[in-house]
Amino acid sequence: MVRWPLTLPPLDSTSWQSPLRAFAWGLRSVASTVLTLVLFATYLGIGALAHDSHFSLGWVLASTALVWAGPAQIILISTLGSGATVVQAAIAVTVSAIRLFPMVVSVLPMMRTPQTKRRHLVLATHFIAVTLWVECFRLFPHVPRERRIAFTHGLGIGLCLVCLCATTLGYGLAARLPPLLGAAILLLTPLAFLLSTARNCRQLSDILALVLGLALFPLVSLLHTGVDILISGITAGTIAYGVHWWRERA
Amino acid sequence: MSNFIGDWHALLVLVVAGFLPNEVWRMLGLWFGGGVDEGSELLVWVRAVATAILAGVIAQILVLPPGALASVPDGLRYGAVAAGFAVFMLTRRSIFAGVVGGEAVMLAGKWWLG
Repeated sequence: MVRWPLTLPPLDSTSWQSPLRAFAWGLRSVASTVLTLVLFATYLGIGALAHDSHFSLGWVLASTALVWAGPAQIILISTLGSGATVVQAAIAVTVSAIRLFPMVVSVLPMMRTPQTKRRHLVLATHFIAVTLWVECFRLFPHVPRERRIAFTHGLGIGLCLVCLCATTLGYGLAARLPPLLGAAILLLTPLAFLLSTARNCRQLSDILALVLGLALFPLVSLLHTGVDILISGITAGTIAYGVHWWRERA
Repeated sequence: MSNFIGDWHALLVLVVAGFLPNEVWRMLGLWFGGGVDEGSELLVWVRAVATAILAGVIAQILVLPPGALASVPDGLRYGAVAAGFAVFMLTRRSIFAGVVGGEAVMLAGKWWLG
């Protein structure tokens, strides 16, 4: 239960020769990570939140497929639901989505081969969000470079299907969900994001960025700038990088 | 169709305030990330900023909790997450054990407080 062991075939195995089989391995990898369970729970919460905020089921399903970023969907639904204008909601979501940019920039070089055209990466890029980003770093060393795009398509579509089911289920359950369970579902998001990020820390700069980012946001949020997350994120990330740079020099 | 999705206006709002704000950053990453080398110093910085922004989102949910989570007292929310992190460290970084531990502390605390 703690971990579904899934062993990908060795890099030189014949099962990597067809892109279709690489896609299938990506699809199967959905069952190899506890983050799928966490994602399921997060989207259960998003479905419930959409129901309580009077959005239609089709609308929230479309948001899961098109937006494909849990925090952004939570911000979108809660701002629109609390009477913010479309422009205010769009600004809040745009700011929260900035973190996708460095994720894309750091993952795509691992998918590229000299033959890769930019258009080959469009769908894989759409699927990049925190879970896929974490899983790419974990799984890519076991996937031959020329099959990583097909693998990502399988992983992305698999995760998306799981989330669409969870959204539907959460929407349906919402009316019957007691408040305590609702709070428990909403707490899953920060817990899961915190622990998966902590697990993925590879060097000192990552750990510092996580700790400083957590510590700085409550202070910056007192300023009520509307772009608090951006300010605390760039500041904390840059300080963390500065320490890394200084230590490399020393 | 109209009942399932809502009216065209609702769908337009989704595209303008939900889809485009996210997709634009992904496509900018696709467009400008091309020449960046995997091990470069720029990526170390970029990853640190991405991590810190995500940390900010985590802190935001905890400090300014949405919906039903607001009914859980501040101290209990922070305590539950701290307990989850402690369990995570004690179980050789098992995310599953950490999440279950944090949730258990929150539910137990809420039950105990009544």
